[in-house]
Amino acid sequence: MLNSRFAKVAIAVLLIASFFTFAACGSKQPQSADSGNLSGNITIAGSTALQPLAEQAARMFMEKYPNVAITVQGGGSGTGLTQVVQGAIDIGNSDIFAEEKLDANTAKSLVDHKVAVAGFAVVVNKDVTVDNLTQQQLIDIFTGKITNWKDVGGPDMKIVIINRPASSGTRATFKKVVLKGQEEAQGFALTEDSSGAVKKAVADTKGAISYLALSYVDDTVKALKYEGVEPTAQNIIDGKYPIWSYEHMYTKGEPTGAAKAFLDFMMSDEVQKGPLTKLGFIPVTEMKTK
Amino acid sequence: MTVDKKYESKRKVADMFGRVIVFISALLLIIITVSLFLFVTSKGLSTFIKDGISIKEFLFSTTWNPDREVPAVGSLQFIIGSILVSAFAIMISAPLGVSSAIFMVEIEKKLGQKILQPAIEIFVGIPSVVYGWVGLTVLVPFISKHFGGLGFSLLAGILVLTIMTLPTITSVSTDAIRSLPVEIREASYALGATRWQTIRHVVIPAAKSGILTAIILGLARAFGEALAVQMVIGNRPVIPKSFLEPMSTITSIITMDMANTVMGSVWNDALWSLALLLLIISFTFIIIIKLVGRRGMYK
Repeated sequence: MLNSRFAKVAIAVLLIASFFTFAACGSKQPQSADSGNLSGNITIAGSTALQPLAEQAARMFMEKYPNVAITVQGGGSGTGLTQVVQGAIDIGNSDIFAEEKLDANTAKSLVDHKVAVAGFAVVVNKDVTVDNLTQQQLIDIFTGKITNWKDVGGPDMKIVIINRPASSGTRATFKKVVLKGQEEAQGFALTEDSSGAVKKAVADTKGAISYLALSYVDDTVKALKYEGVEPTAQNIIDGKYPIWSYEHMYTKGEPTGAAKAFLDFMMSDEVQKGPLTKLGFIPVTEMKTK
Repeated sequence: MTVDKKYESKRKVADMFGRVIVFISALLLIIITVSLFLFVTSKGLSTFIKDGISIKEFLFSTTWNPDREVPAVGSLQFIIGSILVSAFAIMISAPLGVSSAIFMVEIEKKLGQKILQPAIEIFVGIPSVVYGWVGLTVLVPFISKHFGGLGFSLLAGILVLTIMTLPTITSVSTDAIRSLPVEIREASYALGATRWQTIRHVVIPAAKSGILTAIILGLARAFGEALAVQMVIGNRPVIPKSFLEPMSTITSIITMDMANTVMGSVWNDALWSLALLLLIISFTFIIIIKLVGRRGMYK
C-alpha cells in the first residue's frame, strides 16, 4: 500500500519534472539561432537600489543569449561587496565606492564598472515654505546648528531631520557631497530604512527634511533647489547640480566571458536609454562631468 | 501463513523507511540549530575578541558611532528600548488577550468558536510589514496630531506590538483553557459556585501555566519583532524620556544596517553581537516557558 503510493508520487514528480524540462527546451529552441556561443551562469547581488535595473537588464540579456543564466539578488551594498570579494558571486552591486567600505588592499582586487548615475534631491514637508537652501544652510541644519525653519527664511517651525541609516549609500553620498564629511549631530534625527518610508515620513511630518533619490520624488513632498539649482536629470548631466552618485557593479579582477558581455550590455544604449532611464537613473554614458 | 509473512516483511520495511526519514529530519534540525548558534556566537564574539571592545562598553554605554574613525558601539539604549517597548506592549496585550480567551471559551462559546477565533487566527497570519505600513500611515500621524511629538515614538511601537502580540496570547491561552477537563468546572458548579467564581478560582488557576506560556510567547515575539517596529519607532539611538519620543530597539538597528555593512568590519561585528544578545534572550524565554510548563497543575 505504502510502496505503491510512494511509487505513484515518484511517477508524478518525474512526470512534472520532465514536463518542465521539455517545456524549457521547447522555449529555448527557436531563439538560440542568433545567440552565438555565449553561455554560462552569472550571479549578481547587492544594492537594492540597483536591483530592479539589474533584473530588467538580466531579463533582456537572457532573451538575447538563452544559454546564459543570470540570477539577481538584493542584500544591500555591503553584502554585494563582501560576496564579490569572497568570490561567492560574479558581480557585486554597490551604491558607493568599494574604497569607502573595504580596506584599501581588498578594494584593489575589485574592478569598478560605473553603470548608472543616481541623482538625489533634498526634500521637505509641503508646509515648509522654503524653496532653496545653500550648502552652508544644509550643513547647519544637519549638524544641529539650525533647528528652526525661520532661521533659513521659512515659517516658525521646528526642523525634523529624517535620515537614512548611517550605512546607506544615499546617506554616504549626502554626507560626502553636501555636508563635506562633517559629522551629523548625534541622537537627534529620525531614521527610516527605505526610500519609501522616508517619503511617507516627510509627507506626514510637519517641518520634516530629508533626501531622496530623484526616482522617488513625487508631489507628496517638496523638492528643494540646491544653491539655486533645480534637481533635474539635465542639470546633473550638465554638471550644474552636484548631489548624485555612481551606481557600481564590481567584479573580482577583469570580467571574462558572459559577465563581461553582460557588463558591456549594461553600457549599451539598449539599457542606458531603455530601462535605466525609465527607472529614474541617469545614463552614465551621457555625463559631461567627471 | 506466507501471505502474513509477506505482509509482515513489507510492514517492517515501511517501518524502517519511516524511522529513517524521521531520524534524518530530527538530526538535521539539531544540526541546524547547533550550527546557527555556533555561527552567531562566533560572529558575535569577534567584537570583543578581534576588535578588542570590552563587553562592559558594549552593554553599558550609550555611544553608538560605529561609522566613525574610532568606532564606539555602546548599545545600552537599544537594549533598554527593546525592553521598554515589549514590556509595555505585553502589559496591555496580556490582560486583553487572556480576557478574550476566557470570553471565547467560558462565556460565549458559539460566538467564540465560530467568529472570534477564526478572526484572531487571521491576525496571526498578517505579515509584519503590513502592520508596520499601517502604523506608519495611520498610527504615526494620529499620535502626532492628537498627542503631540513627531508620531514616531515609543508609544507607536508599543501600540503596534500590542496588536501583533494579542493574537498569539489569545490563541495560546484559549487552547490552554479549552484543554482543561470539563469535570473541574462541573465540580465547581456542583459546589454551588457561580460562573464568575468558577472562572476566578478554578479555571484561571488551573490554566495558569498555559496562560503564562502564552504571555511569554507573546513577549518573545515582541522582543524579536523587527520590521513593524522599525518603521514606526523613529530609530533615534537614544534612551527615550517620554512615551512620545523616538527611540531604537535591538532588532531595528540590526535590520537597518546589517545589509549595508561589510562583513568583518567593527560595525558589522557589533551588529552580530546584538544578534547574539537577542538569541541569548530568546533562549532564556524558551527556558522560562519550559520551566513554567512543567509546573502545570493539569496536563
